Amino acid sequence: MPTSEQIAAQLDDTLEAEFTFIRSEELVPLLSPLSEEEQLFVLDWTRRIASTNVEIAHQFARRAPQALAALEPRVLEAWALHAMDVYDRGGLRPALEVIRDVDSFMRLAHERTAGALFDEVSGVLLPFVRGLSGRRLLLDQAGTIYTDSETLFLPSLMAQLASREDNFRLYKVAVALLWAQTRYGTFRQPLQAALAGYPDPQRALALFNALETRRLEACIARELPGLYREMGALRRQLGEAEEPAAWGEALAQLQAPTASAADALALVARLYDGPLPPPRCYQGELQPEAVAACMAARIEREKMLFRVRLAQMLEEHKAKRREPDGPTQRPGVRERADPQQPEGRSFELTLDEVPVAPPEPVKQLMTSIILDLGEIPDEYLVPAGPGEYDPSLYQEQPPDPEAVWQGTYHEIGATFYNEWDHGRQHYRKGWCVMREKDVVPVHDGFVAATLARYGGLVKHLRRSFEALRDEERLLKRQTFGDDIDIDALVEALADARDGREMSNQLFTRLHRVERNIAVAFMVDMSGSTRGWVNDAQREALLLLCEALEALGDRYAIYGFSGMTRKRCELYRVKRFDEPYGDEVKARISGIRAQDYTRMGFAIRHLSQLLQETEARTRILITLSDGKPDDYSDYRGVYGIEDTRRALIEAKRAGIHPFCITIDSAGPDYLPHMYGSVNYAVIDEVRALPYKVAEIYRRLTC
Amino acid sequence: MQVSELKPEQHFITDEPYYVATGSEIAVFEAAYRNRLPLLLKGPTGCGKTRFMEYMAWRLKRPLITVSCHDDLTASDLVGRYLVKGGETVWVDGPLARAVHAGGICYLDEIVEARKDTMVVIHPLADDRRVLPMEKLGTLLQAGPEFCLAISYNPGYQSVLKDLKQSTRQRFVALEFDYPSAELEQRIVASEAAVDAAMAEKLVKFAQMTRNLKGNGLEEGASTRLLVHAGKLIAAGIAPVTACAGAIAQALTDDPEMLAAINELSASLF
Repeated sequence: MPTSEQIAAQLDDTLEAEFTFIRSEELVPLLSPLSEEEQLFVLDWTRRIASTNVEIAHQFARRAPQALAALEPRVLEAWALHAMDVYDRGGLRPALEVIRDVDSFMRLAHERTAGALFDEVSGVLLPFVRGLSGRRLLLDQAGTIYTDSETLFLPSLMAQLASREDNFRLYKVAVALLWAQTRYGTFRQPLQAALAGYPDPQRALALFNALETRRLEACIARELPGLYREMGALRRQLGEAEEPAAWGEALAQLQAPTASAADALALVARLYDGPLPPPRCYQGELQPEAVAACMAARIEREKMLFRVRLAQMLEEHKAKRREPDGPTQRPGVRERADPQQPEGRSFELTLDEVPVAPPEPVKQLMTSIILDLGEIPDEYLVPAGPGEYDPSLYQEQPPDPEAVWQGTYHEIGATFYNEWDHGRQHYRKGWCVMREKDVVPVHDGFVAATLARYGGLVKHLRRSFEALRDEERLLKRQTFGDDIDIDALVEALADARDGREMSNQLFTRLHRVERNIAVAFMVDMSGSTRGWVNDAQREALLLLCEALEALGDRYAIYGFSGMTRKRCELYRVKRFDEPYGDEVKARISGIRAQDYTRMGFAIRHLSQLLQETEARTRILITLSDGKPDDYSDYRGVYGIEDTRRALIEAKRAGIHPFCITIDSAGPDYLPHMYGSVNYAVIDEVRALPYKVAEIYRRLTC
Repeated sequence: MQVSELKPEQHFITDEPYYVATGSEIAVFEAAYRNRLPLLLKGPTGCGKTRFMEYMAWRLKRPLITVSCHDDLTASDLVGRYLVKGGETVWVDGPLARAVHAGGICYLDEIVEARKDTMVVIHPLADDRRVLPMEKLGTLLQAGPEFCLAISYNPGYQSVLKDLKQSTRQRFVALEFDYPSAELEQRIVASEAAVDAAMAEKLVKFAQMTRNLKGNGLEEGASTRLLVHAGKLIAAGIAPVTACAGAIAQALTDDPEMLAAINELSASLF
């Protein structure tokens, strides 16, 4: 057990007491009564948080001992990580609010609560809610439970109940109720306008929410009886109050299968002066403003999109018909009784009164429109004219990556990647701001000169790579096969005459060796490659491409460079689906040294690209000239550990990483990152063009 | 225990298989058969392609020879090969040659899984020549009017590398299959699994939920076949949620989170 002095010394060290005004003496009495395990837990997390921010660590250390008495360590960890994520995104003040928020956590929590965490349950709840039908919804974290009709917002922790299973159930029921709001037309009512007339619109909204919840419960009872039983069980478990006596008639009205949100709205007027029961344990808030904004944008977008899709469908149908020049077919929508649907009807698309089966995206679009409007209005059935095909009218525009620094906010149009924080022992979420850019092609004499200089080598490489191609080999002396191996048969018959045992390996079989490889080359474009390293890299890549063309493997080449986490850049030299031609050659020629070597994001992005490529074997080859290194924070252990982590992720995804480096110090750190055999050091830069293709051949044959 | 052993060409279907037509596929098949045209059955797994073939074999009273294609299936596996018996080589016909001899229906299931050279063997049999070249014997086998060739493939999940070649697909009359409409599927499940209409309706609703997840973590939604499996378990007294977990969820995915989500869906429904 550590003594008080040892705890104090460790805290002093972690919290940098010499440079801050933090007084670790105040913390020691808080920690001393804890068990050894708990002390180590708090000290470890304080250290991990301090690697991000000392003040958050300090506040954590102050509150953790008390919190440990009430919460499971797992929940406490989630709380600390959440605070650090908030710090990464929004800075110190909001993060300190999260840390202080533990008090409200504890007020609400039972003793030793085993809460359910959003991160743990969202993987199950997302497919759950998407299976339920209707619009494809998203899940996200927020302070309260509500929906804007596209995303369901949930708190990061549910801890009202004692067991983890029950808290998961609470999450699930809350999700289902939000889903029901989008599915059963809660937002088809003009809530803002209708409730604004009351003396206290907030009270009217709460009343509407309560009534609407009762209606949706009845809908769920009809559609999903199993879920409804769980809702009842949860209410009983939390000992919820009886319904107000005055509500009897209203409830009967709302529980009828024909009840709609309009009925609930009408009841608000009648019951406004009566009692307002407390909200259900799983009931969220209604945020009519968020819904209205989201809906207005969506209705606009989907109307345009539907009309464009309709025009495309008509076009396709026209091409298929016998007389393509005949009159254009007239689209229509037919209503059909359908007891499966909430309103007892469904809609089908028709062309000249004949029903057609629309493709899946159009079906989803129709579903979403009907959820918003209850029908497909006539003006939607006007196919978009040729002038309206501008996709910017209905699609979100991918912003120009070059406009990054001009924009109001420099993270628009980028992809975000997590980064492993070695000190925190956890990921920094969405930390790297990654963009793909094209290498500017340079049409100079480089390609011709290189091919002339290495002409003999190119020929040799092509020959040796061609030998690796798919080929059919005739396997002899097989136990089964397509044909008889006459040599083997003659031998066997002779053996049999001699009285020896006859072999059963008498067949030949055609065996096809299929190469099914996708490889991504990740080329270091950091400033340190400027000069002859860069030349050697470009030459090596060009020779490699020539050789790979003979082989037929799918390959991509990307350069990487970066300057701080906000500017991680990947330079496209050749995509997987791009043919090798003059454009690619000119881009290879155009590879130039840029800034620093931040590596994690590049590995993560290329892993993802490799994953999307169809192949049996996926390889990621890094051409590098040194350790990962970036301006300010990516030095030393941090950079190496993040790179290592990214490589582990790649390996888990079934990708084989390999590194070719010219850094003679490589053996010091590469085995830690790539594993003891997955790298090659080339001690002479000039040999790079000769070696790279050769290494690739050995690697894949 | 009694196990019956049959030669493939003796496989006549004597009892009428349960099959409910969703469109004009029976009439189209019969017309194609009378005109000696080969057939291509397209559709997702478990939607009734094989059952349809059994039904047609029963209806036309021809033996049904089914070959499930796999990526090691060669031309000789279909046509035939020499075997060594007692120091002599003996020719043994493959299933395709047997079907031609017997005037049966040869059904090549999931044809794109087979090796590319296999496809070429069926070409002369699939156009107006209707001959099967027996390369190793140096003979041609002329198919009679009773012989019928049918192949199936699932355009949904195969990779682009395994698409059916134009030269192959343009020889066939295509029949498209899909999951039956909800009402029809309910009838099929109720009849095949012997469950009541209300249970069949719920099973079909559950299938629809899993089909909503196609492309969202599931490669395919639950097929009618899986519904029938679950229905049979329920009819045998297994609780619906347990039956769905075993017969449907576990058959669809191995991903633990997806399994949990599907089980939550069935628990909500029953």
